[in-house]
Amino acid sequence: MDFLRPTTWAEALAAKADQPEAVPIQGGTDVMVEINFDVRRPVALLDLNQVAELRRWDVVDGVCRVGAGVPYTTIIEELGGPLPGLAQASRTVGSPQIRNRGSVGGNLGAASPAGDSHPPLLATDAVIEVESRDRGVRMIPAAEFYLGVKRNALHPDELIRAVHVKPATGPQYFSKVGTRNAMVIAVCSFAVALHPDERRVGTGIGSAAPTPRRALEAEELLARELDWDAPALDPALVRRFGRLCAAAAAPIDDVRGTAEYRVHAIDVMARRTLTWAWNDHFGRRAA
Amino acid sequence: MRVTFTVNGREESADGVWEGESLLYVLRERLGLPGSKNACEQGECGSCTVYLDGVPVCSCLVAAGQAEGRRVRTVEGLAEGDRLDPVQEAFVECGAVQCGFCTPGLLVQAHDLLERVERPSDAEIREALAGNLCRCTGYEKILDAVRLAAERKASGKGAAG
Repeated sequence: MDFLRPTTWAEALAAKADQPEAVPIQGGTDVMVEINFDVRRPVALLDLNQVAELRRWDVVDGVCRVGAGVPYTTIIEELGGPLPGLAQASRTVGSPQIRNRGSVGGNLGAASPAGDSHPPLLATDAVIEVESRDRGVRMIPAAEFYLGVKRNALHPDELIRAVHVKPATGPQYFSKVGTRNAMVIAVCSFAVALHPDERRVGTGIGSAAPTPRRALEAEELLARELDWDAPALDPALVRRFGRLCAAAAAPIDDVRGTAEYRVHAIDVMARRTLTWAWNDHFGRRAA
Repeated sequence: MRVTFTVNGREESADGVWEGESLLYVLRERLGLPGSKNACEQGECGSCTVYLDGVPVCSCLVAAGQAEGRRVRTVEGLAEGDRLDPVQEAFVECGAVQCGFCTPGLLVQAHDLLERVERPSDAEIREALAGNLCRCTGYEKILDAVRLAAERKASGKGAAG
């Protein structure tokens, strides 16, 4: 096995171009588990810890650009204001030790349907910045990034550089079902984001389909019928929203839960998170 | 490959390290520091917790090569000579140790909490220790120990002081 240690982004891209089968390792919270249990024997590990820029975030043209290696702890401590949905999801990842190492870039690289950062990225129309030495930068919308179970849109010579997310213009919520509060892989999860400026609601479903996905018909329902001037949500509309979110899920039975339970839980979480967000929205406007 | 990093203030090197090897393995099997415990190897139990550049991490999930040139502090590095850290003293006094296997990870994690938060609430203590499993104590004595250590640190007197 090779162990590649680039110290700059250019070196990292060159290493990946020269050895496309090298497996990038950031926090190691997925990659090392696979190696420890002999599930995977990469021919090379590409350590990205020394590429300092990946651990920074900034605001470019009004959009948060979060480096692929920014640990969840930093997102929780520094980005809860502009990115509340992603920060909430980050709080539910693993344990403090895991959050100190794990990153959104790693979550995207692994592309597990259960990854906690995916639903808020979908609900907020995040865009993933990827790059290769020979073909340059590609900006991939989150909704087009997940291709299958643990498969993403990356080409073998590409690396994930950053995630671009617009600062919230309305309340955002993340909800997750698990057997306890810490160290839980989601049975299923749901994210909602109100975009009052566009009179639109974004959604993201986690761990209830081969890939994380939006509930598009549910989003269209709200775009069509939600009365943005009514402080109280129409209960019938909330129920239809929940049912359409559940209908967008395509879960399986597995060790963490049954498909039937997941569909039910998505319905419940969709209704709850929408209601929480709506109440916040009007609470804030009234204040 | 050769890996060189600072452990508990001393520069150490290990030769013949396999590229897929964890920092935990290097600490225990190559550098003679068995304090950090090897249990789940998947970040679930926290018994391998060490500081990496001042941040607590599961050393089983750090590739050894990722520690190159960095600072590692293990449970062996918490005491100053013969004088235990207040967190260690409190664990002894409160009976927070039964079989002891989880203790090193809990000590490092609790130590970090008290470095960051002077008087943590019970909720903060529980959250900080949420990634450290103990199958003996039921955690109550561990919570007692962290509270006691926090009290002593805040009032500026170590147990031995």
